[in-house]
Amino acid sequence: MDELIFFINKVMVPGLVTGSVYALGAIGVTLIFAILRFAHFAHGDMMTFGAFLSYVLAGILAGMGVVLPIPLGFAVLPVAMVGTALLALGIDKAFYAPLRQRGARPVTLLIASIGVTMMMQGLIRLFFGSGNRDFFGATEVKELYRIPGSIIGGSRPIVLTEPQVLMFAVTLVAILAVHYFLTTTRLGKAMRAMADNSALAQVSGINTQLVVVVTWIIGGALAALAGTMLALDVNLRPDLAFNIVLPIFAAAIVGGLGNSYGAIAGGMLIGFTEALAVFNWTAVLRPLGEALNVALPANLAIVPTEYKLTVAFVILVITLLVRPTGIFKGLES
Amino acid sequence: MNLGGLGARGLLLYAGFAIVLLLVGLWQGPTSVALILAQALAYSLLALGLNIQFGYGGLFNFGIMGFVMVGGFATVFVSAERNDAFWVSDGPLLLGRAALAFAAGALLVWGARHVDRLGIRGAGRGVCVVLAWVVGYVVYRSQIDPAAASIEATSGWVGGLGLNPVLGWAFGGVLAGIIAFIVGRIALGLRTDYLAIATIGIAEIIRALIKNMDWLTRGTLTVTPLPWPTPRPQELQAIGVGIQESFTYARLGFAAVVAIVLVAVFILISRAYRAPWGRMMRAIRDNHIAAASMGKNVTARQLEIFVLGSILMGVSGAILATFNQIFDPGGYLQVNHNFLIWVMVIVGGAGNNWGTLLGALLIYLVWVISDPASQFLLNNLSDWASSLGWGTIPEIDSRASQMRVFVLGIVICLVLRYAPRGLLPEVIRRSD
Repeated sequence: MDELIFFINKVMVPGLVTGSVYALGAIGVTLIFAILRFAHFAHGDMMTFGAFLSYVLAGILAGMGVVLPIPLGFAVLPVAMVGTALLALGIDKAFYAPLRQRGARPVTLLIASIGVTMMMQGLIRLFFGSGNRDFFGATEVKELYRIPGSIIGGSRPIVLTEPQVLMFAVTLVAILAVHYFLTTTRLGKAMRAMADNSALAQVSGINTQLVVVVTWIIGGALAALAGTMLALDVNLRPDLAFNIVLPIFAAAIVGGLGNSYGAIAGGMLIGFTEALAVFNWTAVLRPLGEALNVALPANLAIVPTEYKLTVAFVILVITLLVRPTGIFKGLES
Repeated sequence: MNLGGLGARGLLLYAGFAIVLLLVGLWQGPTSVALILAQALAYSLLALGLNIQFGYGGLFNFGIMGFVMVGGFATVFVSAERNDAFWVSDGPLLLGRAALAFAAGALLVWGARHVDRLGIRGAGRGVCVVLAWVVGYVVYRSQIDPAAASIEATSGWVGGLGLNPVLGWAFGGVLAGIIAFIVGRIALGLRTDYLAIATIGIAEIIRALIKNMDWLTRGTLTVTPLPWPTPRPQELQAIGVGIQESFTYARLGFAAVVAIVLVAVFILISRAYRAPWGRMMRAIRDNHIAAASMGKNVTARQLEIFVLGSILMGVSGAILATFNQIFDPGGYLQVNHNFLIWVMVIVGGAGNNWGTLLGALLIYLVWVISDPASQFLLNNLSDWASSLGWGTIPEIDSRASQMRVFVLGIVICLVLRYAPRGLLPEVIRRSD
């Protein structure tokens, strides 16, 4: 069953990795849309900021000679999440809240968030330059886990890296935490009420200001989580998350903007579709080809590899055309 | 020409801009000013295109980059040198077969969409459409892949037609218009945020296609040099003009041609703004439901204005590529070719052509000047820090070039907060 192991290594693992990052980002985007009714474009750069914050904190820890069994970048994650949540609150107070109070249209806020994105990009590059950085430098080693393939009757192992395993774990925890928060806590219920009808929520005595604050805290914290996990898995660049902010929007829209469960499903859907679309089927179908005595072409991917990111946009456009409210019903703009 | 949107405030601002440009000229020299002027005029045309779409029609087109790239490709296709190796190879034949396959696929999809006439409705029709897309895609890929591989292996790429670049600009407009028609048909039903994200997604698809269709566009290998409609610096140097002056004169000559296009477009669209057509567009922008109830065909009018604006974007994209003498699909960025234009229109004043023009010129100047200005600032800061014994700032060049993105971001945020209608707001007259 080496074909199955090949499939797991090339599709299941990368799909789950990309899907987790998209899902974590899309939950933030979708919650902000649900409460504030605008597409928050600067979310990608909040992710990048969170990753850089983790990087700096991990560097400080390493400088102090701290050695932990887990990657330092992962250990400092709670602090980075708090830092990014504070940044999100600060950005809201400085740039979005004044516009909201003036009664600006949501799309004005969208343009303001593009302005914020440009400011953050400029500042991140000003301080960190435009080169690549790696969390796993001189002191730490990225561990590899090899699960022997013999358990499903293959000869090659299933390969996972330490950051990937951690990513699956924290994504699961984050999703469960968001679910618990939204369904059982008073504040979470208030949030859902405000997403449904903010005027009605306000007259029912819900503190809408507090809900807005909590939205930014959750969005910022999840952004730092997603950014750091992505940077641990690949490497840290100033355009780390700006490149994937559109796929994240695609995930949020496919799942229905404003619907956090939809965002998770949309993220996973797009992550897996991307991996599947560039997967070379020849490797898996070879036994079948031999059995039927047919020569298969060397590359049998659905789309060439260089179009991998385009897959998300195609899904986005198809969704918007066929079912603009997403798979699960989202909110009106 | 109507000066209604200009006013005393506008005259003052334009005079201020002229003084700033003069000061920049004294600082950076006439060659730089000629460069800034030629590009600023091309960007102005781009901003006017967005002003038609957003200022007149209220459409959130965030896919500007896609149309700019289409325009750039068009001028490459028309004006780049002919690649004779391609025309004598069997490339044209293979491409012809791929085109036939594409047509067959399109026909199949069209047919599948109309199977309801044969009595197949609902889910059955959906299955037919999906199947038709799959079959069409496989048929097209089966022809285009070997054709592309063969062209890239034997002759490199298709090459240009070797015609005058002005024809390329016109073709850029036509091609962008056709693509805008298709994009508009599928995306204009969406409103505000959704339209913005859909168009940005479509622009990314266009970028991926142009970047990776090496057989057609040469992809990241870039095409250079591209011919100019006016004498190029090298040609001026050949007749004995000094090197420095040759660049100044050549760029000014190019800028003059762009200025002619810009003035013509400006007059036409300003007249259109005051005409019943423009009034109807504003009515649709301000309240499309009311406009529809007055019997206006909102969908068709919005498509019309989307195509018109995109034609201007295609033309200016072509002009920019010609001016830069290089077509590099990797050089197109969302910040430079999309967000920048939005900042221009919003800072200048959406709906007011004079405002948009001012915004385009001013923001382009700010964009270009931010780089040397922050370099100057960082150098001084670095000297100061090292004199205090803190050490110098490393990599000043690459850091300074990023400052302009920051400056642009802060400008747009400040304008949205303190002057949301721009420097020269749209003049709303109730009487006309």
